[in-house]
Amino acid sequence: MSSKSLDYENLNENVKKCQYAVRGELYLRASELQKEGKKIIFTNVGNPHALGQKPLTFPRQVVALCQAPFLLDDPNVGLVFPADAIARAKHYLTLTSGGLGAYSDSRGLPGVRKEVAEFIERRDGYPSDPELIFLTDGASKGVMQILNAIIRNASDGILVPVPQYPLYSATISLLGGSLVPYYLEETANWGLDIVNLRQSVAKARSQGITVRAMVIINPGNPTGQCLSETNLKEIITFCYQNNVVLLGDEVYQQNIYQDERPFISARKVLMDMGPPMSKEVELVSFHTVSKGYWGECGQRGGYFEMTNISPKTVEEIYKVASISLSPNVPGQIFMGLMVSPPKPGDISYDRYVRESKGILESLRRRAQIMTDGFNSCRNVVCNFTEGAMYSFPQIRLPPKAIEAAKSAGKVPDVYYCLKLLEATGISTVPGSGFGQKEGVFHLRTTILPAEEDMPAIMDSFKKFNDEFMEQYEDHKGYSRM
Amino acid sequence: MRRFASEKSRIILAHRRNLYSVVQNSTSPLYPQRFSQQPHLCSSFLLRFFNTAPSPSSSSSSSSSTDSMANDYSSTPVTVDSINPKVLECEYAVRGEVVTLAQRLQQELKDNPGSHPFDEKLIETILVVTRDEEILYCNIGNPHSLGQQPITFFREVLALCDHPSILDRSETQGLFSADSIERAFQILDQIPGRATGAYSHSQGIKGLRDTIAAGIEARDGFPADPNDIFLTDGASPAVHMMMQLLIRSKNDGIFCPIPQYPLYSASIALHGGTLVPYYLDEAKGWGMEISELKNQLESARSNGINVRALVVINPGNPTGQVLAEDNQRQIVDFCKKEGLVLLADEVYQENVYVPDKQFHSFKKVARSMGYGEKDISLVSFQSISKGYYGECGKRGGYMEITGFSPEVRQQIYKVASVNLCSNISGQILASLIMNPPKVGDESYESYTAEKDGILSSMARRAKKLEEAFNSLEGVTCNRAEGAMYLFPRILLPKKAIEAAKSVNKAPDTYYVSRLLEATGIVFVPGSGFGQVPGTWHVRSTILPQEDRIEAVISLFTKFHKEFMDEFRD
Repeated sequence: MSSKSLDYENLNENVKKCQYAVRGELYLRASELQKEGKKIIFTNVGNPHALGQKPLTFPRQVVALCQAPFLLDDPNVGLVFPADAIARAKHYLTLTSGGLGAYSDSRGLPGVRKEVAEFIERRDGYPSDPELIFLTDGASKGVMQILNAIIRNASDGILVPVPQYPLYSATISLLGGSLVPYYLEETANWGLDIVNLRQSVAKARSQGITVRAMVIINPGNPTGQCLSETNLKEIITFCYQNNVVLLGDEVYQQNIYQDERPFISARKVLMDMGPPMSKEVELVSFHTVSKGYWGECGQRGGYFEMTNISPKTVEEIYKVASISLSPNVPGQIFMGLMVSPPKPGDISYDRYVRESKGILESLRRRAQIMTDGFNSCRNVVCNFTEGAMYSFPQIRLPPKAIEAAKSAGKVPDVYYCLKLLEATGISTVPGSGFGQKEGVFHLRTTILPAEEDMPAIMDSFKKFNDEFMEQYEDHKGYSRM
Repeated sequence: MRRFASEKSRIILAHRRNLYSVVQNSTSPLYPQRFSQQPHLCSSFLLRFFNTAPSPSSSSSSSSSTDSMANDYSSTPVTVDSINPKVLECEYAVRGEVVTLAQRLQQELKDNPGSHPFDEKLIETILVVTRDEEILYCNIGNPHSLGQQPITFFREVLALCDHPSILDRSETQGLFSADSIERAFQILDQIPGRATGAYSHSQGIKGLRDTIAAGIEARDGFPADPNDIFLTDGASPAVHMMMQLLIRSKNDGIFCPIPQYPLYSASIALHGGTLVPYYLDEAKGWGMEISELKNQLESARSNGINVRALVVINPGNPTGQVLAEDNQRQIVDFCKKEGLVLLADEVYQENVYVPDKQFHSFKKVARSMGYGEKDISLVSFQSISKGYYGECGKRGGYMEITGFSPEVRQQIYKVASVNLCSNISGQILASLIMNPPKVGDESYESYTAEKDGILSSMARRAKKLEEAFNSLEGVTCNRAEGAMYLFPRILLPKKAIEAAKSVNKAPDTYYVSRLLEATGIVFVPGSGFGQVPGTWHVRSTILPQEDRIEAVISLFTKFHKEFMDEFRD
């Protein structure tokens, strides 16, 4: 036979270039070890239910009833489902034509998009237009749709924070664009340094790259910081001056673990700034049902909201969305439920509040345990997780460890993480998967393991780390802080 | 919403008009010679220009305000001129002026009852048939939106998996069948941590893939490997993933049948490749001719196109044919000989309506010819949106990939992992359709009755429509052997073609618009799918509920007679 059409050599080069660290070498090795019977603690993906978090009851009741609408006519349905879940299921079924089994509008069910718009208005104090909200199969799909519309070729640059969530680097290389990094300042609690941002843009431009969009992740992934209002204003002004679209990844907006810096949406800050910016700066904001105290990753529900995007461009984005027909309808209903949860006085209200508060407070305690745990380890420094679901400690690797890694053909932090995995079963993601300053090494863990397991995990980590450091440290120096 | 939709349609309509006039004028330098007689294909090259062209109908106040709004954005980074040209190029085959007209008539009837010779209810009923065309660009059946009921057993299991905390309660047994409870337990046991709210393996939950592989094995009589299966959010994302892998530049070509399902042309345009057409033979029941494939391959190659894959849709969309097994063998041999990846769209595999035809998967055909894993690269797409289940809203499906090197499979896995995983409800349902209740299960009888009820009703509707079409002057219609569509050919009189030209419409669009104006029935013009130049078709789904079919037929028959009386040569 003649050579196969899909030989590796003949693959789309952009596909080969794309890297996705969260499910990369470490994850594959961890899966192997698990098959061999080793107990693995997966902290590589923000996947709360996989680590034992229970789903909120009310949304599951509503979606179950929407799946089996014939139950609604059963006289015994009230024995198993509360009245407000039944009423809510009926409500969502009136918003669809053909229940969960029919394609919806490619932008999502109009009724759910209206609920999302009302949520945004309550949150920000500014009206939101349902026509500019598109529901998606999770936020990742939304990011891909928007980047696909923006990137034309390798001279189109997207500003991405480093460290960053690899969805951005992977998607940009799949689409054949250029990632323009801007570094977050670790010593300033991963804050954004506008001077550094300007330098990055100048450098990219000198290389012939047109910077077209800027990604912010707030609260940060993997860095866990919450952007301050001042910082957001600087960013918006920067986008205005440089004619750059702002892409606000705000999927962790429910996950806040301190009171000094609450979540503020980029849209609210933009509107607060008034004209001309509030009328001109283009913004796309992303949200999901996978994070927060919901953690409904498996449902693949999300949305993006467009502000100041030209109607003709919205049309084109709609057209491309329509090629995939529609986002999954159960995921859309989860989104509707997330933005309009039970209200005071509803039968399920108390339970809903108890469950969601319980999850959030526990995450807050876990964030603290983890930060403290890392900071108690030799050669490890870690900023506090202000928000999101991750801890991103810096590991100051001794030169001998770096040499050992090199001779094993591994990047130093990958080497460290593999050793950690083999010794303890803790599956993390090396910092190099997210990007970091040269010569500085990190790892990312989620703060999601069950609270009761947390002390043992941190003990086991400390034991490994301190022995590792003992083995490689010659007391002469560290990798650069 | 309505204003938005109509504004949108206005823009599209303007493009289509412009497009058509350019297509008529084949001396235009924009006109690619290779596709010289296929307006639908070259539109992907042309659409880009018309998106920025001023619209001839922008005199109304609403449109001019939109235009000036658009001008305000001219200095912003993301404008239609600066977005990815591949996004602009990808075409909208079906959302066209017919649906726009249908929307307008519907509104007029709402505002002014009795203003047209049909009632709003009829147009409403029939419009739903094409709601996917109206809103969703592509042309696919959306059976549940027309009143088709879901399969009870499947939904019971899904509900229980969504809310597993009720599984242990005794009251649950009063609400759910025993085997659905048992199946939900089984499925939950296959999910790590029983967590239906967790991201799964990027190929899909392993236990569900085992079930699907067993289902494929039972169907084909040849082994299937769960590691070859990638669960996806419907078949469309799987098709996109394969196009992304295959297409490197404009020089990479993908063979597609004409008429075709517009997903393929859109995805190829979006990924910047070239669609290489091959014509199905209408006179032979829309069969595939190997000589046609050879000719088209040669001509593509002489134009510098590296043809990489062959798309086959079986049963066919919009053409409804079920390929004969020996035809499939020829196709397999052709792909093997020419080194093409065979992309087999097999989403209608359960929709076969005639006793003399049977669905055979391409994998089964290839294996029965003695071709193994290393002999041919084959991708089979399956979906939960079609068949008797029609669960479009769930977005579930899978592709089975065989004959790819480990390095390539790793790349496919990597691309899948960027999106983490497909939705879990869809994954569960994909396993259920490949492993439905068996004889002896509590739900077996009700399941069988529901399934047979849906499929036999579809078969009856297909037959009725086919006979009605064939009874009309100048209309010929192949059998709907499978899938969900009929694609009759309409022999339009010269006078009708001239009348269409005088109002700047494609003749089939003109015919369909007149039909809509007169009756409220919405068909889709064949030009949206591609057809042999000079022939005209319409596409009708077989999905309107059975009690509506007679009314559709008598209205259509009356219209067609009057149309012919008006234009007969």
